[in-house]
Amino acid sequence: MQLIYEKSVPGRSGVRIPLSDVPKAAPLPEGLRRGQPAAFPEVSELDLVRHYTNLSRRNFSVDTNFYPLGSCTMKYNAKIMENVGALFAGCHPMLALIPGGEQLVQGPLSLVHGLEQQLAEITGMDEVTTQPLAGAHGEMTGIMVIAAYHKARGENRKYVIVPDSSHGTNPASAAMAGYEIITIPTAPYGDMDLDAYRAAMNGEVAAVMMTCPNTLGLFNPHVAEICAIAHEAGALTYYDGANLNAILGKVRPGDVGFDVIHVNLHKTFGTPHGGGGPGSGPVGVKKGLIPYLPTPRVVKKADGSFGVEAHPEGIGRVSDFFGNFGIMARAFAYITLLGGEGLVEVSGQAVLNANYMMARLKGEYELPFDTTCMHECVFSASRQLKEGVHAIDIAKYLIDRGYHPPTVYFPLNVKEAIMIEPTETESKQTMDGFIEVMLEAARMARTNPEALHEAPVTTPVGRLDETRAARAQQVCCE
Amino acid sequence: MAVYFTKEHEWVRIEGTQATVGISEHAAHELGDITFVELPQMGKIVKQFDTLAGIESVKAASDIYAPVSGRVVQVNDKLEDAPELVNESAEDAGWICKLEAADSAELGALMDAAAYAEFLKGLE
Repeated sequence: MQLIYEKSVPGRSGVRIPLSDVPKAAPLPEGLRRGQPAAFPEVSELDLVRHYTNLSRRNFSVDTNFYPLGSCTMKYNAKIMENVGALFAGCHPMLALIPGGEQLVQGPLSLVHGLEQQLAEITGMDEVTTQPLAGAHGEMTGIMVIAAYHKARGENRKYVIVPDSSHGTNPASAAMAGYEIITIPTAPYGDMDLDAYRAAMNGEVAAVMMTCPNTLGLFNPHVAEICAIAHEAGALTYYDGANLNAILGKVRPGDVGFDVIHVNLHKTFGTPHGGGGPGSGPVGVKKGLIPYLPTPRVVKKADGSFGVEAHPEGIGRVSDFFGNFGIMARAFAYITLLGGEGLVEVSGQAVLNANYMMARLKGEYELPFDTTCMHECVFSASRQLKEGVHAIDIAKYLIDRGYHPPTVYFPLNVKEAIMIEPTETESKQTMDGFIEVMLEAARMARTNPEALHEAPVTTPVGRLDETRAARAQQVCCE
Repeated sequence: MAVYFTKEHEWVRIEGTQATVGISEHAAHELGDITFVELPQMGKIVKQFDTLAGIESVKAASDIYAPVSGRVVQVNDKLEDAPELVNESAEDAGWICKLEAADSAELGALMDAAAYAEFLKGLE
């Protein structure tokens, strides 16, 4: 496929701009001018429309195909949420911050406040900030709130504990906030080793960060005890909401004993994920931590109207205005549309789908932790490896058969990992189609492994040399 | 001259007070094609089992831990342009850095080559 620059013909354009009848200004001084005109592609409107339409047809998305990417919750988002996001496009965020402006944006402010209340109710927290712009940004914000809490108490704690199955952003966020990381290994039952955790906990630990269910899709049965052990040592507990989709309406992390939580609106609450749109990672806290939330806060006044107040003890601003507002509007619509009953169905269906997938595939694929899973299940291609077939070969074959590959080689503590998260929005028919292809790949690993090594063969380019791409990077267009 | 291994698959070769550090053949094989080695800062001081460096392959990004305490006195800057040296020669030309180390008592927490070979058998 040609690049848009390769389609360029000198002088061609989509519109003919009338000649200027305004006297020309003096030209810029020589030294400030470009040596040559900027190299914009020159194409007609039709060239342009065809170019981008054809590009979009090569895109692989939830709108075109099943996308069971584990740990990413690539659910389908109903189009009505897109409409809701667009409703506020004409509203300038500065209005809320200028004198008298609040009155002009009561709707958007009530939405921010309303979403905060919804998320607090869902997670069992006392207050929420919508400012963080992504999950990892939420983690960073949450850890900074924790650091501010300890500092206000005159304590200088040094460590943050994470399990080895945690998302890489957990230790990264804690390290960015200045903490040293203690990593706890996974016990045979598939979650953080409780004895090792207990041994690592002491008065110098600021927090423990947990994802529950974890990256193996397993709900940690000791999670309340883990929180209690932390609190006994004066440490706080952080709940990474990456996998909240599994427990919506079933468990509230705040009730279990978590002090701080972030949620990924783009995973759990019906907003675009991946290249489809910006993320949003609101952070919720328990009462004692409210003073340290970012400034400013949207407040509901005694007369029922909404305003914006500075939050002087807080950690400052973590983003402009109130966060990715268009995304928050979509999430507010999603939660409001589904309501309490609907959200419980979301998690129920997501967990049922993952268990169906697990039950149908475990005859052919090794299941390192063979127990009821939550919203995702993790297989190992270790049986296929005996025939020389790797997880990557199976992933590439799925592309040929019209499915986005699941996550492979993650989590790191499972060899040749294949991590599948069907989500609640997929039908049994769709999952059955995927399962058939997975079983077919397993049969091919026994009978014709070579064919799997050659996949994909239906794509514009075949198997990419990922090593060379990473080692000899050439990102400029000549 | 003795070589020791950690459970995290680093090796360390001790010559006097100088300790040369790398990752084991086994680790290099498991990681697959190495695409990037994040070398430590010269002069960085690490405690035993602290994060020393980083390594990325097409499959994963991992930390490299210090097998012994010490101060970084030399890094293998050939790896900047040729990270594949780690795949080709993990326990020789693909060394990561050299530490000025002092505490020989720390070696007690490491495995010799025979013990490491046994340890690897246990992982299979």
